[in-house]
Amino acid sequence: MKKFILKRLGLAAISLFLLSLTIFLLIRISGDPAVLLAEPGASAADLEAIRNQFGLNRPLWIQYVSFISHLFRADFGQSFYYRTDVFELYLSRLPASLMLAAAAMVFSLIIGIPTGIVAAVRVNKWQDSIGKIFALLGLSMPSFWVGLVMILFFSVYLGWLPSSGSGTVLHLVMPAIALGWVFAAAHMRLTRSSMLEVLGSEYVKLARLKGLPEALVISKHAFKNALIPVLTLAGVNLVIMVNTAVIVETVFAWPGVGRLLFEGIAFRDFPIVQASILLGGTMIVVVNLVVDILYAVIDPRIRYEG
Amino acid sequence: MNGTTANSRFASTVLALPSRLAFLRAEGFPLIPSLILLTIMLVAIFAPVLAPHNPEVGVLGDRFRPPAWQTNGTADHFLGTDHLGRDVLSRLIFGARISVVVGLMVIIVAGAIGTALGIISGYLGRWVDQAIMRITDAWLAMPALMLAIFLAAIVGPGVSNIIIILAAVWWTRYARVIRGEVLSVRERDFVRLAVVAGCSKWTIMRKHILPNVINSAIVLATLQLGQVIIAEAGLSFLGVGVPPPLPAWGLMLADGKKGLMAGYWWLTVLPGSCIMLMVLSANLLGDWLRVKFDPQLRQL
Repeated sequence: MKKFILKRLGLAAISLFLLSLTIFLLIRISGDPAVLLAEPGASAADLEAIRNQFGLNRPLWIQYVSFISHLFRADFGQSFYYRTDVFELYLSRLPASLMLAAAAMVFSLIIGIPTGIVAAVRVNKWQDSIGKIFALLGLSMPSFWVGLVMILFFSVYLGWLPSSGSGTVLHLVMPAIALGWVFAAAHMRLTRSSMLEVLGSEYVKLARLKGLPEALVISKHAFKNALIPVLTLAGVNLVIMVNTAVIVETVFAWPGVGRLLFEGIAFRDFPIVQASILLGGTMIVVVNLVVDILYAVIDPRIRYEG
Repeated sequence: MNGTTANSRFASTVLALPSRLAFLRAEGFPLIPSLILLTIMLVAIFAPVLAPHNPEVGVLGDRFRPPAWQTNGTADHFLGTDHLGRDVLSRLIFGARISVVVGLMVIIVAGAIGTALGIISGYLGRWVDQAIMRITDAWLAMPALMLAIFLAAIVGPGVSNIIIILAAVWWTRYARVIRGEVLSVRERDFVRLAVVAGCSKWTIMRKHILPNVINSAIVLATLQLGQVIIAEAGLSFLGVGVPPPLPAWGLMLADGKKGLMAGYWWLTVLPGSCIMLMVLSANLLGDWLRVKFDPQLRQL
């Protein structure tokens, strides 16, 4: 177990190293990094000052070491637009993103788990077919388009919900549904397949042989065990939601980290773009690591596979 | 080959077509999604002939005109006009071009890179395998959409840029799946015989291994087509994908926001429906191919 955790930690470290290296190199390959790091409209003298400040004329590996040491001190530079520390700015926007992701997660589980169970219990019947169509539709509609169409109906035509901004629970409804929609389809698919696997297992067969009512077999014996992989995936998806909410947050003007990234792109505020990608990537690598280790704790077979 | 045999061969193919279609039907072949995809391709190819107006030039006096069947709508602009008075139908027709070109190019480029790396990794093994798989894992661990946004933000918008960026993000899945397949193909007798016969590693990989794993790559490509189109639309929507005034569906949705609060539904509903129709068709076709050709991919 110790060896397994150490190995996974090593892999995660390699991932983070490659992430930072990729970002670092891309900035330098794509053109003059001083132009990106300087504020839009900087003069030639300003660019020269930037080059000296960041040491852009030094050898690449020295530049990389200094880049990394800044990252370790959580120093992502100053935002051109907000004139504040980028890391603090990111942290101040994170709660809003987490709130949206949590609401979207609740929505996706409320929709995904029951439909998945029904589809598994009535496998190959009409309920299953409807579930399949629903899952396919979920995966085929861009989340931001779902958001736009909802604004059209519920804000413009019916006037029930606010079209953008934040503050009340009502503001949260549409962004959460738009973001949770795709994940509801994914959770439904996983619940269905996990439930099917459990329903075919020996202990469920035994419970049936004992003469327990079918409803009890499903709710007590099958459901609990089928839920484990779904909840694990939900944990990973929560972090992925925070990081893929860029477009949904933009559509609804939700003040989270995704909106921050969009503003960074729109205003050519490079420190913000860079920090968003590095911090988001780190979150995903860390969550994947935690999940890998959790799985190994639950299922010892995984430890020996590699 | 002389003309007569070619002709008779063509004739026999055409004559056999109905029975072939009946055969596919029995196999649950998704006929309607395939026809939709085919139609979109044809529309993309013949866009200049089909489109009634220039998709990039509008008449400002005709801004926000609704579709023909609504009051104020004209038959000239059957599906209405946008905020610059450009014809929506023409933009949708030319938009198909961008989605088809970007979608196909990305899965071809990503598929080629991923398949090549997967074969090299699986066949050569040892440190080559370790190195390629570690890089693939690290790449997989990064958030795909964010990486694409980052790349797009630094290299700027453009159709060829977006193809390179999405391909750079999407190749990993092929590398992983193909490597797994190669591991089993490489142990088969015909590969061992080829080694004994003195074939070079390059020849074995190209002539003996590639034909046996290409099916999986094609299935995977079809399944990814939809995701790629959604990603392109998303990047264009954010302003880091296809640059204006090109008529991309994602860009049309971004422009459509300008008329959203006024209730100009056609600017939002129509481009999105096109995206959904294409993605849904690709997904249905991909699902069928997966079950049909590749039992190992069934769990994906």
